Amino acid sequence: MNWFLIAISAIFVNNILLAQYLGNCPFMGVSKRLSTALGMGAAVIFVATLASVFTWIIYHYVMVPYGIEYMQTLIFILVIAALVQFVEIFLKKKSRAIYNALGIYLPLITTNCAVMGIALLNIKNENGFFEMLVFSFASAVGFSLALILFAGIRERMITTPIPIVLRGTAIALIMAGIMSLAFMGFAGMGS
Amino acid sequence: MRFWRSFRKKKTVKTDIYIMKFKKVLLNGLWNEMPPFKLVLGLCPALAVTSSAENGLGMGMATTFVLVLSNLVISLLRKVIPDKVRIASYIVVIATLVVIVEMLMKAYFFNLSQQLGIFIPLIVVNCIILGRAEAFASRNPAPLSVVDGVSIGIGYSISLTMIGIVRETLGAGTLFGVPIFWEGFEPFAFMVKAPGAFICLGVMLGLMNAYSRWRGEHLVQLQS
Repeated sequence: MNWFLIAISAIFVNNILLAQYLGNCPFMGVSKRLSTALGMGAAVIFVATLASVFTWIIYHYVMVPYGIEYMQTLIFILVIAALVQFVEIFLKKKSRAIYNALGIYLPLITTNCAVMGIALLNIKNENGFFEMLVFSFASAVGFSLALILFAGIRERMITTPIPIVLRGTAIALIMAGIMSLAFMGFAGMGS
Repeated sequence: MRFWRSFRKKKTVKTDIYIMKFKKVLLNGLWNEMPPFKLVLGLCPALAVTSSAENGLGMGMATTFVLVLSNLVISLLRKVIPDKVRIASYIVVIATLVVIVEMLMKAYFFNLSQQLGIFIPLIVVNCIILGRAEAFASRNPAPLSVVDGVSIGIGYSISLTMIGIVRETLGAGTLFGVPIFWEGFEPFAFMVKAPGAFICLGVMLGLMNAYSRWRGEHLVQLQS
């Protein structure tokens, strides 16, 4: 049941967006419409899982044997950037439908702190391969869940009368705070 | 004579324009494009590490260091880097600088670096740095880019410290680790947790918008 606990904890209790504050720029940027949020969420799930697998393998089988752990930041960002490029080219060639759906979100992912954050957290928490796989996938699902829920609320906010000074990002941040409060309610569940 | 006079006059006008330009760039980051309030970038560290004023200041300083040096290097290399691979090149430059900061902080500010945790390597993906590289350093000469880095960096440090001060005083009842309230004051633990961070930043953004509006400025907010 261990993997189940890891998944629940990563999706709800330690939600990467609302409890660990990672990936807030796309959270504010692409949450204006539900359809873009869906696309971004799917792209993050795909890339974050793949990036974690690659960085984990490189860290444990290349960097640790050669003693270059201090290069972690540089190597991880390069791996993620290269991977995003590669995925983009691959999808463009092989699967036009998926490319059309995810294409414009892929370049944005390179600078998404959630992807890099998940890769770094895997190393920091000393996860094994299987734990890493579950953790990365579940964290990315948590990100998408929060993003999609948030986009749903934000779509409705267009028609509500909001004080002029709070319009835009200010009200979105306060909303995110209230959502984060709701997610705190899951905290008792893991234990 | 006349030629020299006109030359000197021309020169002073030119230097005046230059100084004015510097001044404008220097003040830009302190109000007009103050991140993360006016320039809505770099939200993750602004939310994550500001549970105390000290952490906010430390993070701001680390980001400033990377920002100034990356602006300098990128603006010096701006004619060398091919346009097609510029983003990748910027990322390599920034990542190298971040590795340097990581090592310096581990050597000289060990406790702070432990508290900031994974947010120091995550300076790499801080949109402010890449944003300034793309929007400013890649099209301006080196001295001006350094001034821009200093200005935006100081603006960011001030913002982070301000958020840190508000959250620390309300959430823990201390300021830079020193208790400032009367005995028996019950701090709102909520403020140092995640929801407090979002709501605090949102309310501060609202207040800054209100001030801009009161001054009759155009709201440069990222509109939804």
